[in-house]
Amino acid sequence: MPHNALAIAFPIAGTKAGRAVATALIALAVFGLLLAAAGKDPFRAYLDTLAYVFGNAYGFSELLVRMVPLMLTATAVALPARIGLINVGGEGQLYMGALFATGGAIAFPEQPSFVLLPLMTLLGFAGGGLWALLPGLLRAARLVNETISTLLLNYVAPLIVSYLIFGPWRSSESAAYPESTAFSDAARLPAFFHTRIHAGLLFGIVCLALFSFFMAKSRWGLEMRAIGGNPEAARRLGIPVFRYTVAVMAIAGGVAGLAGMSEVSAIQGRLVMGLSPGYGFAGFLVAWLAGTSAWGIAFMSFLFAIIASAGDILQFTQGVPYAVINVLMAIVLFIVLGQRQSRRAPR
Amino acid sequence: MIAAELDVPLVEARGIRKTFGALVANDVEVFELRGGEIHALLGENGAGKSTLSKILYGYYRPDAGDIIVEGKKVSIASPRDARALGIGMVFQTFTLIPAFSVFENIILFLQDLPFVIKDGVIRQRIEDFEARFGFSVNLDAIAGRLSAGEQQQVEILKQLLAGARILILDEPTKVLTPQESQGLFKSMEALRAAGYSIVFISHKLSEVLSCANRITVMRHGRIAGQLKDDEATEAGLLSLMFGTIANPEEPRGRDHRPRISRSPVLELRSVTCAAGTGGVTLWDISLKVNEGEIVGIAGISGNGQRELSDLILGLNKPLRGQKLLWGEDASKWGAAKTREHGAAFIADDPAAFSSIASLTVRENLALGTGKTYYSRVGLQWAKLDKEMKSAFARFGFPRPPFEAVAANLSGGNLQRMVLTREISRDPGLIVALYPTRGLDVQSANAVRDALIEMRNKGAALLVVSEELEELFMLSDRLAVLTEGRLIAEFEPSQYNAEMVGSWMVRAPEMLSAA
Amino acid sequence: MTAALLAGVVSSAILSAVSLVYAGLGELVSERAGIVNLGVEGLMLIGASVGFAATAATGSPYLGIAAAALASTLANGLFAYVVIGRKANQLASGLTLMFFGIGVSALAGKPFIGDIIQGLPRIPVLGLPFDVLTYLTVPLAVLLWWLLFRTRWGLALRATGESPAVAFAAGKRPEMLQYQAVLIGGCLAGIGGGHLSIALTRTWAEEMTAGRGFIAIALVIFAKWNPLLVIPAALLFGAAEALQLQLQAAGINLSPFILSMVPYLLTLCILAFWGWRRQTAAPAGLGRTFLGVE
Repeated sequence: MPHNALAIAFPIAGTKAGRAVATALIALAVFGLLLAAAGKDPFRAYLDTLAYVFGNAYGFSELLVRMVPLMLTATAVALPARIGLINVGGEGQLYMGALFATGGAIAFPEQPSFVLLPLMTLLGFAGGGLWALLPGLLRAARLVNETISTLLLNYVAPLIVSYLIFGPWRSSESAAYPESTAFSDAARLPAFFHTRIHAGLLFGIVCLALFSFFMAKSRWGLEMRAIGGNPEAARRLGIPVFRYTVAVMAIAGGVAGLAGMSEVSAIQGRLVMGLSPGYGFAGFLVAWLAGTSAWGIAFMSFLFAIIASAGDILQFTQGVPYAVINVLMAIVLFIVLGQRQSRRAPR
Repeated sequence: MIAAELDVPLVEARGIRKTFGALVANDVEVFELRGGEIHALLGENGAGKSTLSKILYGYYRPDAGDIIVEGKKVSIASPRDARALGIGMVFQTFTLIPAFSVFENIILFLQDLPFVIKDGVIRQRIEDFEARFGFSVNLDAIAGRLSAGEQQQVEILKQLLAGARILILDEPTKVLTPQESQGLFKSMEALRAAGYSIVFISHKLSEVLSCANRITVMRHGRIAGQLKDDEATEAGLLSLMFGTIANPEEPRGRDHRPRISRSPVLELRSVTCAAGTGGVTLWDISLKVNEGEIVGIAGISGNGQRELSDLILGLNKPLRGQKLLWGEDASKWGAAKTREHGAAFIADDPAAFSSIASLTVRENLALGTGKTYYSRVGLQWAKLDKEMKSAFARFGFPRPPFEAVAANLSGGNLQRMVLTREISRDPGLIVALYPTRGLDVQSANAVRDALIEMRNKGAALLVVSEELEELFMLSDRLAVLTEGRLIAEFEPSQYNAEMVGSWMVRAPEMLSAA
Repeated sequence: MTAALLAGVVSSAILSAVSLVYAGLGELVSERAGIVNLGVEGLMLIGASVGFAATAATGSPYLGIAAAALASTLANGLFAYVVIGRKANQLASGLTLMFFGIGVSALAGKPFIGDIIQGLPRIPVLGLPFDVLTYLTVPLAVLLWWLLFRTRWGLALRATGESPAVAFAAGKRPEMLQYQAVLIGGCLAGIGGGHLSIALTRTWAEEMTAGRGFIAIALVIFAKWNPLLVIPAALLFGAAEALQLQLQAAGINLSPFILSMVPYLLTLCILAFWGWRRQTAAPAGLGRTFLGVE
C-alpha cells in the first residue's frame, strides 16, 4: 500500500496546496457518488449549489457568515498546535467569549456603539482567553494534559451559560424559549450591504493575517516554531517554554472567544443555549486538514462553508435532509484520515 | 534442570560479522558458552559486547556467521525465537510495564499462561524461583515504584520463568548499589550451580575477576583474548582491553605556559544534584574551571556526564552545594540566564539537543543568541547574515546555505553550525559534551581546533569525551567521572591511556582518598 | 420528603445513568487498549436512532437493541480501521466519527420522529422497577472487570494499552487486541444509545444524547479505568437533577446546571492531583494523545 496514494496519483498532491485541492476534489467525488446512490442527481446538485453560493448575493453572503466562526475556532486550534499543544476546547472558549460579551451588553445597554462594541470585543476575547488560561497553566506546570482539560471545560461553559439564561439574565419577554434579554442596537455588530455579513468577518481575516505574520516573521513566531520543532532543544537554548505555553493557550482561547462574541452580537442578538452547532469541533477538523497554515485555514473554512451551504440549498431543491451533509463530510474526512501518515505538524 | 556437560558448548557463535554502515561492530571468529558457567564479556565502550549479545538474543541479525545451539544450527530472527531456544537477555534499560505489578509483568512473558489466570499455582512457581536463587521482590508491588535493583530482579525472573536456560546480563551492576551487586552475584552463582549459563557483560575489572568462570575480552569488535578465571589478572586483562599504548607525545596545539592562577569561571563546590527518572545522581562534585584552560572529563558514558552538563547550564539545580559562575552564586539560574551571561553548549547530538531540524540554518543561527538579533518585533536578518558569514570564515568552516533546512545537513555540518553559533558570541564558558561523536575525521579535527582556539583566547572550557586520545590532546587537566562522582585528577605529565582507562573501570567505593 | 418521592428520584437517576454506564464501559475497554474515541457521542446517537427505528418497524424492543448494537459496532469499525490500520490521529478521527453519527442518526431517525413505541418493558425484580438492560449493568461491569484483570486476554489488552512495544515483545498482537477492544466499545456505546431511545424516553429526537458521549469519556477518567467504579461514577455524573430536587426539598436552592458542573470540575481536580503526585491510573499508551504532560 503506497505511503500516500494521493501523492502517487497526483504528483502535485505532494505539496500543501496540492493536498488541499485534492481534498476538495475527493469531497466532490464522494458527495456525487453518495447522492447518486441515494437516487438524486449529483450534477444537478453541484449546479444548484454553485448557483446558490456564487450566483446569488444572498447565498454568497451566507457562505461568508458561515466561514467566520470556523476561521476563528480553527485559528484557536492552529496557534497552540504550533508549539505542540492540542486545544479541543473551542466550544467552551466560544461560549465563554459569548458570555462575557453578553455581560457587557446587558450591563451597559445605553452606551453608544463605538464604546460598547470595542468593550464587548475585549470582553469576548477575555472570556475565551480566561477559559483557555487554566488548561494552559495546568499544562505548563506539567499537571494536566491540555487535551483532556480543554475537553472537560467544554461542558462546563454551556452549563454556566444555561445557568445565566435560566436565572439572572433571563429575558422577561419570551416565556417559551429560554434566552437572555435582547441586546440593544448599539450592541449589535453592524452588518454590510443588507446581508448578514458582519464585522466578525473582519475579526476572522485580521486574526488569520496576524497569525500568519507573527508565526513567519516575528521573533516570537520563531521561538514558537522552535518549541514546536524540538521542545528539548528549545529549552536548552533558553526559550521560556512555560511562558509560551500559558500565553499561547490564552490567546488561542481569546480568538475562539471572539467567535462567540460575534455570534451573539451579530447573529443572535442575545445569549441563547444552542449557540454553537459544533463550531469548536469543526474548527479542530478545519485546522487539522489545513495543516495549521493560515491560507489552509481560509481555504478549508471556505470548503466546509460551501458544504454546509450545499446542505441548505439541497434541502429545498432535492429534498435531501440537511443531516446528509454531516455524513458526507465525515466520510470525506475518514478518507483523508486514512491517507495521511504522520506529518510535520506536531500532534 | 539438567546441568550440561562442562566440555560441550551450549551455544556457539562462529564467524559472526556485523557492520553498521562503515562501522564494523562485530568480527568474531568463535564465541562459545558452556552449561553451568558464568562467562564474562569484558571490554571498553564500543568494543562490541552489546552487539554480539543482541545478535544472540535475536535483536540484530548478523551479516554473516552461524549460531549453534546444542549442536544444531539455528536462526534467531527475533527475541521470541531466542526465548523459544531458552536464551534470555536483561538490558540496561528495562522493559517492564511500570503500571503493572511484578506478578503481571512476569506472567505476561510466560509461554504457557492459561486463559483464566490461576493465581495460586503460578505464584508458587515464581516464589520457588525466588527462593532458589536468592531474589526477594514482592510479587504485588507495582513495578514502576521499585528500585532499579528490584526491577532488575523482575527482569531476570521474567526471563527465567519464560524458560531461559541462558541468561545474558548487559552491564547489570551499572544501576545497582554495592550491596545489591553482591546480592546479584550470589544469585548468579546459585543459577550457575543449578546448571544455568550466564553471559555477564561488563567493563568493570573487579567484578569480572571476582565472579566469572571464563572471561572473553573484546576490543574493536574482535575477540582480543579468552582466559579462565584462574589465569586472569588485572594487568593481563587491562592489556587485552586497551592494547599496547605508545607513550603519548606532547599533544599538538598545546603551548607550554606554566600554570598561573587565573580567575575561576565555573566553580562547583560539593554539589549534589538529583537525577530525573533513569538518570544518574551527581554526588559531592567539586570542580573548578579557570579562564584560558580546558578541563577534560573522562569516563564511560552514562556515568553522569549529561547530568553534569545539564547542571552547569542551569537545566538542573543543585540539591546541595553551590554553583558559581564568574564569581556569582548561580545555583538558581535557569538556562536562559546562564546563556545570557556567556555560557555556550556544544552537545553530542546536535540534531536532538542544540538545533531545530525543521527550521532553516539561518533561523537556527538566530536562536540561542539571546536577543542579539532580535529587533522590536522581527529579526535583524541582514545583521545576522553578515556576522555569521564572517564567523564561518573566521573558523574556516564551509558555510552551508542559510536557507537550507537544518534537517538536511550532515552531522558534521550541523555540529559546525552549532559551533559557529555558540562561539560567535565570544562565550566565557563552553561546555562541550562528546563534541566529536559521530563526526567524520575532518569535522572532528575542525571542532577540536576551534575549542583550542577559544581556550587560547581566554575562555574556560569543560570537555567531556569518551576518547582518551582526544582528551589528552585538548585538556590542561583531566578528571574521571564514574557513577556520578569525580575521581582522580591528572596532570598532563600523567596522561597515559592505561592509567586513566583503569580508573574509568574502577568502582568509586573501592578507592581510598582520590 | 416522602419515601415514595425519594424512591422516584433515585430510580429516575438510575435509569438516566444506564446509558452512561454502557457507553462508559465501552470507552473504558477501548482506552485500556490505548485508543481514545471522541466519537462516542456519535455512536450513541446511531444506537439510539437505529434502535428506535428497528423497534418501531418490527415492534420488538429486543430486536431494536440488537440493531442498535450492530449499527454502532459497524460505524466504529470505520474508526477502528482508520486509527489502528492507517495510524491516523485519534482525536481527529473521533471527532469525525461524532459528526458522522450526528448525520447518520438524523437520517435513520427522520421517518420516525414523533413516533412513540412500547419500548423495553419494565420487569419487576425484587421490587425494583427497571428494564433488563438496567439489571444487566452490574453483571456486565463485573464481567468486564474479570475479563480485564483475571484472564490472559485482558492482561494482553492492558499491556497493549500501556506499551504496545512490550506487548509485542511478549509475543502478543497489539493491533488485533486493539481492534477487539474498539469493537466492543462500539457495541456497548450502541446499546447505551439504544437504552436512551427504547427504554428511557421511548421517542427519538435529533441529537437527543445531548453530550452523554462526552460525559462517558469524563467518567472513565473519574472511575480510574476500573469497570467496577463506572456505575458509581455514572450515577454521580447523571444524578445532578435528582440531587437538585432533593436539595430543593431540603430548602437549598441550587441550579441543576451548577450541580451538573460538579462532576467535570471534580474530574479536573482529580487529574491535577494525580499530576501533582506524579501518579496516574491512565493506561500509559494514551500518552501524548490524551493525557501525557511531558
